[in-house]
Amino acid sequence: MSLFEVENLVVEFQTAAGPFRAVDGVSMKVNAGEVLAIVGESGSGKSVSMLAAMGLLPWTAKVTADRLQFNGIDLLGLSASNRRKIVGKDIAMIFQEPIASLNPCFTVGFQIEEVLRIHLGLSKAARRARAIELFELVGIPNPAERLGHFPHQMSGGQCQRVMIAIALSCNPKLLIADEPTTALDVTIQKQILDLLMRLQAEHGMGLIIITHNMGVVAETADRVIVQYKGRKIEEADVLSLFESPKSTYTRALLSALPDNATGDRLPTIAEFLSDDQIFAGAVR
Amino acid sequence: MTPVLEARNLVRDYYIPGSLLKKGKTVHAVKGVSFSVEQGKTLAIVGESGCGKSTLARIVTMIDPATSGDMLIDGQKVDIAREKLTPEMRQKVQIVFQNPYGTLNPRKKIGDILTEPLIINTSMKADDRRDKAMAMLKKVGLEEKHYGRYPHMFSGGQRQRIAIARALMLNPRLLVLDEPVSALDLSVQAQVLNLLADLQDEFQLTYVFISHDLSVVRYIADDVMVMYYGEAVEYGTREDVFSNPQHSYTQTLFAATPRADIDSIKARLARKNAA
Repeated sequence: MSLFEVENLVVEFQTAAGPFRAVDGVSMKVNAGEVLAIVGESGSGKSVSMLAAMGLLPWTAKVTADRLQFNGIDLLGLSASNRRKIVGKDIAMIFQEPIASLNPCFTVGFQIEEVLRIHLGLSKAARRARAIELFELVGIPNPAERLGHFPHQMSGGQCQRVMIAIALSCNPKLLIADEPTTALDVTIQKQILDLLMRLQAEHGMGLIIITHNMGVVAETADRVIVQYKGRKIEEADVLSLFESPKSTYTRALLSALPDNATGDRLPTIAEFLSDDQIFAGAVR
Repeated sequence: MTPVLEARNLVRDYYIPGSLLKKGKTVHAVKGVSFSVEQGKTLAIVGESGCGKSTLARIVTMIDPATSGDMLIDGQKVDIAREKLTPEMRQKVQIVFQNPYGTLNPRKKIGDILTEPLIINTSMKADDRRDKAMAMLKKVGLEEKHYGRYPHMFSGGQRQRIAIARALMLNPRLLVLDEPVSALDLSVQAQVLNLLADLQDEFQLTYVFISHDLSVVRYIADDVMVMYYGEAVEYGTREDVFSNPQHSYTQTLFAATPRADIDSIKARLARKNAA
């Protein structure tokens, strides 16, 4: 049995112009210790499908799925209070904007100890000891002193480390990283990705990385799902995706990389592919 | 031939005033940078956040004066700290910013956004301004019907096209591009990069291209300058910098850039299986 299984996930939003289908029948599986990358452009529904799985979407969203299971538990039929016992503890998420996802009014120490108090019920001394241990794990210097700092006193890379520390605080079985390095410099991106990969291997977590950066996919993933406009276009292991992409869309996406540029103009997707052509090869 | 832009030993300090309990201090944002760009060429400036590349962009665009050092545009010395900037000089350099969602006034129509630089800097008639804006819209791949629309009606890539069109309205010699594609998707990024290449060919434009994405820099630049803590640690042609980086920071930067070629993936998977 897989750690995380999604079958035929559909997410619809009610808008003034009628229902809008953000995710249209996506299926995926993640095993323990596996790294899955979800790639797609903005609007491809890659974040929304993960938010739906965690129950973090607003009430205007209608989420249906044939199956939405984590560790054998059906996430769809779960009550809100039971869901909260799992989300943040066994499934943790790292968001794109590290500075925006921390609360500016509280110290980072308070924010990490809050998670430890609610999910693990540790004593005050134990929380502090664990928080220092976690900060050391993610490579924040002077952890004891740093616990008393506010988010604005730290750099973007440091804030992202705090987010990772919070996500890892309860030893999650599944970690979802939504564009974890998009807002960061390349040198910091390298450090954060190395850190994520090291922690993933050490703890045997399932890891889902959502990104639009093909370089990040190549450096981290075991398996890759390519999404476009809410549909899954292709699923393959990382080597065969880059070596012999099956769908025309993936091929177009790879050829738009400046690394692969031949001649003095880049091929663009809109120029030679219509939606019908892209969806023709789509998998379910 | 005189280069379009020449900088000699540019320095920019920011003074942070102190308070009752704190002493004021000076931040050296740019510490003596020299470079030159010929017409029709692209200079890429690479570096991490806080290295002074945007400060340099503000100096080149004549928004901020340099603390010391000379800047020459078309061989003519510019010093906005001493003398007032003439409209002629202002027309020579224009800038495109990183985030197309923040740089277009949401309460103005596209036509007004495009004609505003002409109203301020030229004495063109309203009809001529309109014709010029229409022509520019087509040039950047938009249509005449977009003239009366508001920025929120456009996608990110289209907005960046509008920002580029606005920068080109005054027929500048030099275009400063401050991370113009880092907020865009891969396929849209390709379109905007192609547009920039087309415009450069057509108008013989000179670009100063600021970026932290080395794959984009390798694709678009003729010369590359790497900045680190306010200093230019590496400056040379694209081939030299990419094939033989001298400074340790440049080497770190190259090593940190994710590689999407098949050999790197194979090597990584082999390492993983061995571990």
